[in-house]
Amino acid sequence: MSALIDRWLVQSRASGVVLIAVLLLFWEFSALYLVRTPTWPPVTVIFQAWITNVLDGTLPLHLVATLWRQMLGYGLAIILGVSMGLAMGYYRPLYNLFEPLVEAIRPVPGPAYLPILVLFVGIGHEMKVVLVLVASFFPILLNTFSGVRAIDPVQFDTARTLGLSTLQTFRELVIPAASPQILTGMRISLAISLILAVLGEMIVSNDGLGYFTLLAQRTFRVPEMYAGIFTLAMLGYILNRAFLLVESKLIGWHLESSGRR
Amino acid sequence: MPNYLEVGSLGKRFAAHGRHAFEDISFSVAKGEFVALIGPSGCGKSTLLHIIAGLSRPTSGHVKLNGSPITGPRADLMFVFQQYTKSIFPWKTVLDNVRLGVKYLPNAERRKLDELCRAQLEHVGLGRYANYHPYQLSGGMQQRVAIARALARRPETLLMDEPFSALDAMMRVELQDLLINLWDELKLTILFVTHDLDEALYLAQRVIVLSASPGRIAEVVSVPLTYPRNQVATRSDPQYLRLRERLYSVMVEQVTAARAAES
Repeated sequence: MSALIDRWLVQSRASGVVLIAVLLLFWEFSALYLVRTPTWPPVTVIFQAWITNVLDGTLPLHLVATLWRQMLGYGLAIILGVSMGLAMGYYRPLYNLFEPLVEAIRPVPGPAYLPILVLFVGIGHEMKVVLVLVASFFPILLNTFSGVRAIDPVQFDTARTLGLSTLQTFRELVIPAASPQILTGMRISLAISLILAVLGEMIVSNDGLGYFTLLAQRTFRVPEMYAGIFTLAMLGYILNRAFLLVESKLIGWHLESSGRR
Repeated sequence: MPNYLEVGSLGKRFAAHGRHAFEDISFSVAKGEFVALIGPSGCGKSTLLHIIAGLSRPTSGHVKLNGSPITGPRADLMFVFQQYTKSIFPWKTVLDNVRLGVKYLPNAERRKLDELCRAQLEHVGLGRYANYHPYQLSGGMQQRVAIARALARRPETLLMDEPFSALDAMMRVELQDLLINLWDELKLTILFVTHDLDEALYLAQRVIVLSASPGRIAEVVSVPLTYPRNQVATRSDPQYLRLRERLYSVMVEQVTAARAAES
Protein backbone atom coordinates (compact mmCIF):
# COMPACT_ATOMS: atom_id res chain seq x y z
CA MET A 1 0.00 0.00 0.00
CA SER A 2 2.68 2.50 0.99
CA ALA A 3 4.74 1.40 -2.03
CA LEU A 4 1.74 2.22 -4.19
CA ILE A 5 1.43 5.70 -2.67
CA ASP A 6 5.16 6.25 -3.10
CA ARG A 7 4.92 5.43 -6.77
CA TRP A 8 1.92 7.70 -7.25
CA LEU A 9 3.74 10.58 -5.54
CA VAL A 10 6.81 10.10 -7.71
CA GLN A 11 5.23 9.42 -11.07
CA SER A 12 2.12 11.56 -11.14
CA ARG A 13 1.71 15.28 -10.62
CA ALA A 14 -1.90 14.78 -9.54
CA SER A 15 -0.91 14.92 -5.87
CA GLY A 16 -0.41 18.68 -6.14
CA VAL A 17 -3.94 19.18 -7.46
CA VAL A 18 -5.33 16.94 -4.74
CA LEU A 19 -3.53 19.01 -2.10
CA ILE A 20 -5.16 22.20 -3.40
CA ALA A 21 -8.59 20.52 -3.32
CA VAL A 22 -8.00 19.30 0.23
CA LEU A 23 -6.94 22.78 1.39
CA LEU A 24 -10.01 24.35 -0.20
CA LEU A 25 -12.20 21.75 1.52
CA PHE A 26 -10.50 22.47 4.80
CA TRP A 27 -11.02 26.22 4.25
CA GLU A 28 -14.72 25.62 3.60
CA PHE A 29 -15.06 23.40 6.64
CA SER A 30 -13.12 25.74 8.95
CA ALA A 31 -15.13 28.77 7.84
CA LEU A 32 -18.42 26.94 8.37
CA TYR A 33 -17.65 25.28 11.71
CA LEU A 34 -14.37 26.41 13.30
CA VAL A 35 -13.62 30.12 12.67
CA ARG A 36 -16.98 31.73 12.19
CA THR A 37 -16.02 35.30 11.44
CA PRO A 38 -16.90 37.62 8.53
CA THR A 39 -13.19 37.97 7.68
CA TRP A 40 -12.99 34.26 6.83
CA PRO A 41 -15.91 33.49 4.50
CA PRO A 42 -16.43 29.96 3.15
CA VAL A 43 -15.05 29.22 -0.30
CA THR A 44 -18.54 28.67 -1.66
CA VAL A 45 -19.58 32.19 -0.62
CA ILE A 46 -16.45 33.64 -2.25
CA PHE A 47 -17.21 31.66 -5.39
CA GLN A 48 -20.76 33.03 -5.44
CA ALA A 49 -19.43 36.55 -5.10
CA TRP A 50 -16.97 35.85 -7.90
CA ILE A 51 -19.73 34.54 -10.22
CA THR A 52 -21.96 37.52 -9.47
CA ASN A 53 -19.16 39.97 -10.19
CA VAL A 54 -18.14 38.16 -13.35
CA LEU A 55 -21.71 38.02 -14.69
CA ASP A 56 -22.54 41.67 -14.00
CA GLY A 57 -19.35 42.67 -15.82
CA THR A 58 -17.58 44.21 -12.83
CA LEU A 59 -14.63 41.81 -12.64
CA PRO A 60 -14.11 41.58 -16.43
CA LEU A 61 -13.98 45.39 -16.56
CA HIS A 62 -11.37 45.60 -13.81
CA LEU A 63 -9.46 42.66 -15.27
CA VAL A 64 -9.21 44.38 -18.65
CA ALA A 65 -8.09 47.62 -16.98
CA THR A 66 -5.30 45.83 -15.10
CA LEU A 67 -4.26 43.73 -18.07
CA TRP A 68 -4.15 46.75 -20.37
CA ARG A 69 -1.87 48.88 -18.22
CA GLN A 70 0.27 45.89 -17.33
CA MET A 71 0.73 44.84 -20.95
CA LEU A 72 1.37 48.39 -22.11
CA GLY A 73 4.10 48.93 -19.52
CA TYR A 74 5.52 45.45 -20.02
CA GLY A 75 5.47 45.73 -23.80
CA LEU A 76 7.32 49.05 -23.70
CA ALA A 77 9.81 47.56 -21.23
CA ILE A 78 10.47 44.70 -23.67
CA ILE A 79 11.00 47.05 -26.61
CA LEU A 80 13.31 49.36 -24.66
CA GLY A 81 15.05 46.69 -22.60
CA VAL A 82 15.80 44.37 -25.50
CA SER A 83 16.97 47.05 -27.92
CA MET A 84 19.15 48.82 -25.36
CA GLY A 85 20.39 45.50 -24.01
CA LEU A 86 21.39 44.32 -27.49
CA ALA A 87 23.28 47.56 -28.12
CA MET A 88 25.01 47.46 -24.73
CA GLY A 89 25.92 43.80 -25.08
CA TYR A 90 27.32 44.20 -28.57
CA TYR A 91 29.17 47.51 -28.35
CA ARG A 92 31.74 47.49 -25.61
CA PRO A 93 31.90 51.34 -25.28
CA LEU A 94 28.15 51.51 -24.62
CA TYR A 95 28.49 48.78 -22.01
CA ASN A 96 31.35 50.59 -20.28
CA LEU A 97 29.38 53.82 -20.36
CA PHE A 98 26.04 52.60 -19.07
CA GLU A 99 26.68 49.48 -17.01
CA PRO A 100 27.74 51.32 -13.81
CA LEU A 101 24.66 53.53 -14.09
CA VAL A 102 22.42 50.50 -14.50
CA GLU A 103 24.04 48.86 -11.49
CA ALA A 104 23.44 52.02 -9.47
CA ILE A 105 19.77 52.37 -10.35
CA ARG A 106 18.82 48.71 -10.45
CA PRO A 107 18.75 48.05 -6.67
CA VAL A 108 15.94 50.59 -6.22
CA PRO A 109 12.82 48.50 -5.52
CA GLY A 110 10.09 49.09 -8.09
CA PRO A 111 7.54 50.56 -5.65
CA ALA A 112 10.06 53.24 -4.61
CA TYR A 113 9.61 54.91 -7.99
CA LEU A 114 5.99 55.57 -7.16
CA PRO A 115 6.36 58.84 -5.23
CA ILE A 116 8.59 60.29 -7.95
CA LEU A 117 6.20 59.22 -10.67
CA VAL A 118 3.24 60.79 -8.87
CA LEU A 119 5.15 64.08 -8.88
CA PHE A 120 6.08 63.88 -12.54
CA VAL A 121 3.37 61.87 -14.26
CA GLY A 122 0.42 62.43 -11.92
CA ILE A 123 -1.90 59.82 -10.52
CA GLY A 124 -3.66 58.67 -13.68
CA HIS A 125 -3.35 55.71 -15.97
CA GLU A 126 0.04 56.89 -17.30
CA MET A 127 1.61 56.75 -13.85
CA LYS A 128 0.78 53.06 -13.50
CA VAL A 129 2.01 52.27 -17.00
CA VAL A 130 5.31 54.04 -16.34
CA LEU A 131 5.63 52.32 -12.95
CA VAL A 132 5.24 48.93 -14.62
CA LEU A 133 7.62 49.98 -17.38
CA VAL A 134 10.40 51.15 -15.06
CA ALA A 135 10.23 48.09 -12.81
CA SER A 136 10.06 45.54 -15.66
CA PHE A 137 12.74 47.26 -17.69
CA PHE A 138 15.81 46.33 -15.65
CA PRO A 139 15.56 42.53 -15.58
CA ILE A 140 15.04 42.54 -19.35
CA LEU A 141 17.92 44.94 -19.96
CA LEU A 142 20.31 43.05 -17.70
CA ASN A 143 19.50 39.63 -19.08
CA THR A 144 19.69 40.87 -22.65
CA PHE A 145 23.13 42.42 -22.37
CA SER A 146 24.58 39.58 -20.37
CA GLY A 147 23.08 37.13 -22.88
CA VAL A 148 24.79 38.96 -25.73
CA ARG A 149 28.08 39.23 -23.86
CA ALA A 150 28.05 35.49 -23.19
CA ILE A 151 28.14 34.70 -26.92
CA ASP A 152 31.29 32.74 -27.70
CA PRO A 153 33.97 34.51 -29.80
CA VAL A 154 34.02 31.44 -32.05
CA GLN A 155 30.44 32.23 -33.02
CA PHE A 156 31.36 35.79 -33.98
CA ASP A 157 34.37 34.47 -35.92
CA THR A 158 32.03 32.06 -37.68
CA ALA A 159 29.75 34.94 -38.67
CA ARG A 160 32.77 36.81 -40.01
CA THR A 161 34.09 33.88 -42.05
CA LEU A 162 30.63 33.58 -43.56
CA GLY A 163 30.81 37.25 -44.53
CA LEU A 164 27.78 38.39 -42.51
CA SER A 165 27.23 42.14 -42.13
CA THR A 166 26.50 43.63 -38.70
CA LEU A 167 22.77 43.58 -39.34
CA GLN A 168 22.91 39.99 -40.58
CA THR A 169 25.04 39.04 -37.57
CA PHE A 170 22.36 40.43 -35.26
CA ARG A 171 19.64 38.56 -37.10
CA GLU A 172 21.41 35.25 -37.52
CA LEU A 173 23.57 35.12 -34.39
CA VAL A 174 23.18 37.76 -31.68
CA ILE A 175 19.41 37.69 -31.23
CA PRO A 176 18.92 33.91 -31.43
CA ALA A 177 21.97 33.18 -29.27
CA ALA A 178 20.84 35.61 -26.58
CA SER A 179 17.17 34.68 -26.80
CA PRO A 180 17.15 32.10 -23.97
CA GLN A 181 18.46 34.72 -21.58
CA ILE A 182 16.29 37.50 -23.03
CA LEU A 183 13.28 35.28 -22.39
CA THR A 184 14.44 34.61 -18.84
CA GLY A 185 14.47 38.35 -18.22
CA MET A 186 11.07 38.73 -19.85
CA ARG A 187 9.65 36.03 -17.62
CA ILE A 188 10.95 37.65 -14.44
CA SER A 189 9.54 40.96 -15.61
CA LEU A 190 6.16 39.47 -16.43
CA ALA A 191 5.64 38.64 -12.75
CA ILE A 192 6.99 42.04 -11.69
CA SER A 193 4.70 43.86 -14.13
CA LEU A 194 1.58 42.33 -12.59
CA ILE A 195 2.75 43.15 -9.07
CA LEU A 196 3.44 46.78 -9.95
CA ALA A 197 0.22 47.22 -11.91
CA VAL A 198 -1.82 46.00 -8.92
CA LEU A 199 0.23 48.05 -6.50
CA GLY A 200 -0.31 51.20 -8.53
CA GLU A 201 -4.03 50.49 -8.60
CA MET A 202 -4.10 50.04 -4.85
CA ILE A 203 -2.41 53.38 -4.25
CA VAL A 204 -4.49 55.56 -6.57
CA SER A 205 -6.96 54.40 -9.13
CA ASN A 206 -10.60 54.06 -9.96
CA ASP A 207 -10.43 50.77 -11.80
CA GLY A 208 -8.38 47.60 -12.02
CA LEU A 209 -8.20 44.46 -9.91
CA GLY A 210 -5.98 46.14 -7.30
CA TYR A 211 -8.56 48.89 -6.89
CA PHE A 212 -11.42 46.36 -6.80
CA THR A 213 -9.74 44.21 -4.14
CA LEU A 214 -8.74 47.07 -1.88
CA LEU A 215 -12.09 48.81 -2.19
CA ALA A 216 -13.87 45.55 -1.27
CA GLN A 217 -11.70 45.29 1.83
CA ARG A 218 -12.30 48.92 2.84
CA THR A 219 -16.06 48.58 2.39
CA PHE A 220 -15.99 45.26 4.21
CA ARG A 221 -17.26 43.20 1.29
CA VAL A 222 -14.91 40.41 2.30
CA PRO A 223 -16.06 37.71 -0.20
CA GLU A 224 -15.46 40.22 -3.04
CA MET A 225 -11.99 40.93 -1.67
CA TYR A 226 -11.09 37.25 -1.82
CA ALA A 227 -12.72 36.98 -5.25
CA GLY A 228 -10.41 39.76 -6.45
CA ILE A 229 -7.37 37.98 -5.05
CA PHE A 230 -8.42 34.70 -6.67
CA THR A 231 -8.83 36.49 -9.97
CA LEU A 232 -5.31 37.89 -9.66
CA ALA A 233 -3.95 34.44 -8.85
CA MET A 234 -5.63 33.02 -11.92
CA LEU A 235 -4.41 35.87 -14.07
CA GLY A 236 -0.84 35.36 -12.89
CA TYR A 237 -1.07 31.64 -13.51
CA ILE A 238 -2.52 32.01 -17.01
CA LEU A 239 0.05 34.63 -17.99
CA ASN A 240 2.88 32.38 -16.88
CA ARG A 241 1.48 29.38 -18.76
CA ALA A 242 0.99 31.47 -21.87
CA PHE A 243 4.56 32.68 -21.54
CA LEU A 244 5.92 29.15 -21.28
CA LEU A 245 3.99 28.25 -24.41
CA VAL A 246 5.48 31.15 -26.36
CA GLU A 247 8.92 30.34 -24.97
CA SER A 248 8.81 26.73 -26.11
CA LYS A 249 7.79 27.91 -29.59
CA LEU A 250 10.63 30.41 -29.76
CA ILE A 251 13.52 28.50 -28.19
CA GLY A 252 12.49 24.85 -28.46
CA TRP A 253 16.05 24.12 -29.65
CA HIS A 254 17.46 25.44 -26.38
CA LEU A 255 14.99 23.67 -24.09
CA GLU A 256 15.53 20.37 -25.88
CA SER A 257 19.30 20.55 -26.12
CA SER A 258 19.61 21.51 -22.46
CA GLY A 259 17.24 18.75 -21.39
CA ARG A 260 14.48 21.01 -20.10
CA ARG A 261 11.94 19.40 -22.37
CA MET B 1 51.68 28.30 -59.37
CA PRO B 2 54.04 27.39 -56.54
CA ASN B 3 53.24 30.34 -54.29
CA TYR B 4 49.47 30.21 -54.12
CA LEU B 5 49.25 30.98 -50.42
CA GLU B 6 52.26 32.86 -49.17
CA VAL B 7 53.11 33.60 -45.56
CA GLY B 8 56.01 36.05 -45.21
CA SER B 9 57.97 36.66 -41.98
CA LEU B 10 54.76 36.68 -40.04
CA GLY B 11 54.85 37.58 -36.34
CA LYS B 12 52.29 38.15 -33.64
CA ARG B 13 52.92 39.81 -30.31
CA PHE B 14 50.13 39.92 -27.78
CA ALA B 15 49.48 43.43 -26.52
CA ALA B 16 48.35 42.10 -23.15
CA HIS B 17 51.68 40.64 -21.98
CA GLY B 18 54.03 41.76 -24.75
CA ARG B 19 55.14 38.20 -25.51
CA HIS B 20 55.41 36.78 -28.98
CA ALA B 21 53.00 34.01 -29.92
CA PHE B 22 55.28 33.36 -32.88
CA GLU B 23 57.77 35.29 -34.94
CA ASP B 24 59.30 35.30 -38.40
CA ILE B 25 57.26 32.51 -39.88
CA SER B 26 57.55 32.11 -43.64
CA PHE B 27 56.21 29.34 -45.82
CA SER B 28 54.09 28.92 -48.88
CA VAL B 29 51.45 26.48 -49.98
CA ALA B 30 50.96 25.49 -53.62
CA LYS B 31 47.51 25.36 -55.13
CA GLY B 32 45.96 21.98 -54.48
CA GLU B 33 48.48 21.10 -51.80
CA PHE B 34 47.58 19.50 -48.47
CA VAL B 35 49.79 20.92 -45.73
CA ALA B 36 49.65 20.13 -42.04
CA LEU B 37 50.92 22.46 -39.35
CA ILE B 38 51.86 20.88 -36.05
CA GLY B 39 53.50 22.13 -32.92
CA PRO B 40 53.40 21.90 -29.15
CA SER B 41 50.57 23.73 -27.42
CA GLY B 42 51.25 27.42 -26.97
CA CYS B 43 53.27 27.76 -30.19
CA GLY B 44 50.56 29.97 -31.65
CA LYS B 45 49.52 27.67 -34.48
CA SER B 46 45.85 28.49 -34.01
CA THR B 47 46.59 32.23 -33.91
CA LEU B 48 48.63 31.81 -37.08
CA LEU B 49 45.70 30.18 -38.85
CA HIS B 50 43.33 32.92 -37.67
CA ILE B 51 45.66 35.52 -39.18
CA ILE B 52 45.85 33.64 -42.48
CA ALA B 53 42.04 33.54 -42.50
CA GLY B 54 41.90 37.31 -42.04
CA LEU B 55 40.21 36.95 -38.65
CA SER B 56 42.99 38.75 -36.81
CA ARG B 57 45.97 40.89 -37.74
CA PRO B 58 49.66 40.09 -37.49
CA THR B 59 52.04 42.50 -35.77
CA SER B 60 54.57 41.94 -38.54
CA GLY B 61 54.80 40.25 -41.91
CA HIS B 62 52.15 39.52 -44.50
CA VAL B 63 49.87 36.86 -45.93
CA LYS B 64 49.15 36.77 -49.64
CA LEU B 65 46.74 34.68 -51.62
CA ASN B 66 47.35 34.60 -55.35
CA GLY B 67 49.67 37.55 -54.91
CA SER B 68 47.18 39.86 -53.19
CA PRO B 69 47.31 40.50 -49.45
CA ILE B 70 44.58 39.07 -47.20
CA THR B 71 42.87 41.85 -45.29
CA GLY B 72 39.76 40.11 -43.99
CA PRO B 73 37.67 36.96 -44.24
CA ARG B 74 36.93 35.92 -47.81
CA ALA B 75 34.71 33.36 -49.49
CA ASP B 76 37.43 31.46 -51.34
CA LEU B 77 39.27 30.80 -48.06
CA MET B 78 37.03 29.04 -45.56
CA PHE B 79 37.79 28.34 -41.93
CA VAL B 80 36.72 25.22 -40.07
CA PHE B 81 36.80 25.65 -36.30
CA GLN B 82 37.72 23.11 -33.66
CA GLN B 83 34.64 23.93 -31.57
CA TYR B 84 31.89 22.66 -33.84
CA THR B 85 29.31 22.91 -31.04
CA LYS B 86 29.79 26.68 -31.23
CA SER B 87 30.49 27.25 -34.88
CA ILE B 88 27.38 25.31 -35.87
CA PHE B 89 24.44 27.39 -34.65
CA PRO B 90 22.26 25.22 -32.40
CA TRP B 91 19.05 27.14 -33.17
CA LYS B 92 19.24 26.30 -36.86
CA THR B 93 18.55 23.00 -38.55
CA VAL B 94 21.39 21.29 -40.36
CA LEU B 95 20.16 22.61 -43.72
CA ASP B 96 19.72 26.16 -42.39
CA ASN B 97 23.24 26.07 -41.00
CA VAL B 98 24.62 25.17 -44.40
CA ARG B 99 22.36 27.72 -46.08
CA LEU B 100 23.70 30.44 -43.79
CA GLY B 101 26.97 30.17 -45.69
CA VAL B 102 25.40 31.19 -48.97
CA LYS B 103 22.05 32.92 -48.40
CA TYR B 104 23.52 36.41 -48.29
CA LEU B 105 25.71 36.02 -51.34
CA PRO B 106 24.70 38.42 -54.12
CA ASN B 107 22.06 37.09 -56.56
CA ALA B 108 21.37 34.07 -54.41
CA GLU B 109 18.23 32.30 -55.55
CA ARG B 110 16.46 30.40 -52.82
CA ARG B 111 15.54 27.30 -54.81
CA LYS B 112 19.00 26.87 -56.27
CA LEU B 113 20.60 27.46 -52.89
CA ASP B 114 18.56 24.68 -51.34
CA GLU B 115 19.73 22.30 -54.05
CA LEU B 116 23.32 23.42 -53.60
CA CYS B 117 23.16 23.00 -49.82
CA ARG B 118 21.53 19.60 -50.02
CA ALA B 119 24.23 18.53 -52.45
CA GLN B 120 26.90 19.59 -49.94
CA LEU B 121 25.17 17.58 -47.22
CA GLU B 122 25.13 14.55 -49.53
CA HIS B 123 28.82 15.13 -50.07
CA VAL B 124 29.63 14.76 -46.39
CA GLY B 125 27.16 11.91 -45.90
CA LEU B 126 24.45 13.87 -44.10
CA GLY B 127 21.75 13.91 -46.80
CA ARG B 128 19.22 12.30 -44.48
CA TYR B 129 19.78 14.77 -41.67
CA ALA B 130 18.88 18.06 -43.36
CA ASN B 131 16.02 18.81 -40.98
CA TYR B 132 17.71 17.69 -37.76
CA HIS B 133 18.98 20.10 -35.16
CA PRO B 134 22.68 19.92 -34.22
CA TYR B 135 22.02 18.61 -30.71
CA GLN B 136 20.42 15.54 -32.28
CA LEU B 137 23.69 14.69 -34.05
CA SER B 138 26.97 13.20 -32.87
CA GLY B 139 30.11 15.34 -32.70
CA GLY B 140 31.44 13.88 -35.94
CA MET B 141 28.22 14.68 -37.74
CA GLN B 142 28.23 18.23 -36.39
CA GLN B 143 31.72 18.80 -37.73
CA ARG B 144 30.53 17.43 -41.08
CA VAL B 145 27.84 20.11 -41.07
CA ALA B 146 30.56 22.73 -40.58
CA ILE B 147 32.53 21.27 -43.49
CA ALA B 148 29.43 21.18 -45.70
CA ARG B 149 28.72 24.82 -44.85
CA ALA B 150 32.27 25.80 -45.77
CA LEU B 151 32.07 23.85 -49.04
CA ALA B 152 28.78 25.50 -49.98
CA ARG B 153 30.69 28.74 -50.45
CA ARG B 154 32.80 27.00 -53.09
CA PRO B 155 36.14 27.80 -51.49
CA GLU B 156 39.46 26.96 -53.09
CA THR B 157 41.17 26.68 -49.75
CA LEU B 158 40.17 25.22 -46.39
CA LEU B 159 41.89 26.41 -43.23
CA MET B 160 41.21 23.84 -40.54
CA ASP B 161 41.98 24.48 -36.88
CA GLU B 162 42.27 21.13 -35.10
CA PRO B 163 38.88 20.19 -36.55
CA PHE B 164 38.92 16.58 -35.35
CA SER B 165 40.65 16.90 -32.00
CA ALA B 166 37.41 16.90 -29.99
CA LEU B 167 36.16 13.72 -31.66
CA ASP B 168 36.62 10.15 -30.50
CA ALA B 169 39.07 7.90 -32.35
CA MET B 170 36.50 6.17 -34.56
CA MET B 171 34.93 9.36 -35.81
CA ARG B 172 38.29 10.99 -36.30
CA VAL B 173 39.37 8.19 -38.58
CA GLU B 174 36.16 8.46 -40.59
CA LEU B 175 36.45 12.19 -41.00
CA GLN B 176 40.12 12.00 -41.96
CA ASP B 177 39.22 9.74 -44.87
CA LEU B 178 36.25 11.91 -45.79
CA LEU B 179 38.53 14.95 -45.86
CA ILE B 180 41.10 13.28 -48.09
CA ASN B 181 38.30 12.31 -50.49
CA LEU B 182 36.92 15.87 -50.57
CA TRP B 183 40.38 17.31 -51.09
CA ASP B 184 41.00 14.97 -54.00
CA GLU B 185 37.57 15.33 -55.57
CA LEU B 186 37.19 19.12 -55.26
CA LYS B 187 40.87 19.92 -55.87
CA LEU B 188 41.02 21.87 -52.62
CA THR B 189 44.04 23.46 -51.03
CA ILE B 190 44.14 22.58 -47.34
CA LEU B 191 46.12 23.98 -44.46
CA PHE B 192 45.42 21.76 -41.48
CA VAL B 193 46.47 22.63 -37.93
CA THR B 194 46.74 19.77 -35.47
CA HIS B 195 48.72 18.73 -32.43
CA ASP B 196 48.40 15.11 -33.47
CA LEU B 197 51.51 14.01 -35.28
CA ASP B 198 49.91 10.87 -36.70
CA GLU B 199 46.99 12.84 -38.06
CA ALA B 200 49.35 15.29 -39.75
CA LEU B 201 51.36 12.48 -41.36
CA TYR B 202 48.32 10.51 -42.44
CA LEU B 203 46.60 13.46 -44.11
CA ALA B 204 49.20 15.76 -45.54
CA GLN B 205 51.73 15.94 -48.34
CA ARG B 206 53.92 18.17 -46.25
CA VAL B 207 54.16 18.73 -42.51
CA ILE B 208 55.42 21.98 -41.02
CA VAL B 209 56.60 21.64 -37.43
CA LEU B 210 56.57 24.74 -35.25
CA SER B 211 58.80 25.19 -32.23
CA ALA B 212 57.47 25.94 -28.78
CA SER B 213 56.70 29.47 -27.63
CA PRO B 214 57.54 31.74 -29.35
CA GLY B 215 56.71 29.64 -32.38
CA ARG B 216 59.15 29.42 -35.26
CA ILE B 217 59.41 26.91 -38.04
CA ALA B 218 61.48 24.08 -36.64
CA GLU B 219 61.26 21.61 -39.50
CA VAL B 220 59.46 20.93 -42.76
CA VAL B 221 58.92 17.31 -43.70
CA SER B 222 57.62 16.08 -47.05
CA VAL B 223 55.39 13.05 -46.90
CA PRO B 224 55.87 11.11 -50.12
CA LEU B 225 53.21 8.50 -49.29
CA THR B 226 50.72 7.85 -52.10
CA TYR B 227 46.99 8.53 -52.02
CA PRO B 228 44.48 7.04 -51.43
CA ARG B 229 45.83 6.37 -47.99
CA ASN B 230 44.61 3.58 -45.84
CA GLN B 231 44.18 3.77 -42.09
CA VAL B 232 45.82 0.39 -41.54
CA ALA B 233 48.24 -0.04 -44.44
CA THR B 234 49.53 3.55 -44.52
CA ARG B 235 50.05 3.73 -40.81
CA SER B 236 52.17 0.58 -40.84
CA ASP B 237 54.16 1.46 -43.96
CA PRO B 238 57.90 1.50 -43.13
CA GLN B 239 58.26 4.92 -44.77
CA TYR B 240 55.43 6.26 -42.60
CA LEU B 241 57.09 4.85 -39.51
CA ARG B 242 60.43 6.43 -40.40
CA LEU B 243 58.79 9.82 -40.92
CA ARG B 244 56.90 9.41 -37.70
CA GLU B 245 60.09 8.73 -35.81
CA ARG B 246 61.72 11.79 -37.28
CA LEU B 247 58.76 14.06 -36.54
CA TYR B 248 58.47 12.62 -33.10
CA SER B 249 62.08 13.39 -32.23
CA VAL B 250 61.69 16.95 -33.54
CA MET B 251 58.61 17.39 -31.35
CA VAL B 252 60.34 15.98 -28.28
CA GLU B 253 63.30 18.30 -28.91
CA GLN B 254 60.96 21.27 -29.07
CA VAL B 255 59.12 20.36 -25.90
CA THR B 256 62.38 19.75 -24.03
CA ALA B 257 63.81 23.05 -25.24
CA ALA B 258 60.65 24.84 -24.11
CA ARG B 259 60.89 23.25 -20.66
CA ALA B 260 64.52 24.29 -20.36
CA ALA B 261 63.69 27.84 -21.42
CA GLU B 262 60.97 28.06 -18.79
CA SER B 263 63.05 26.87 -15.85
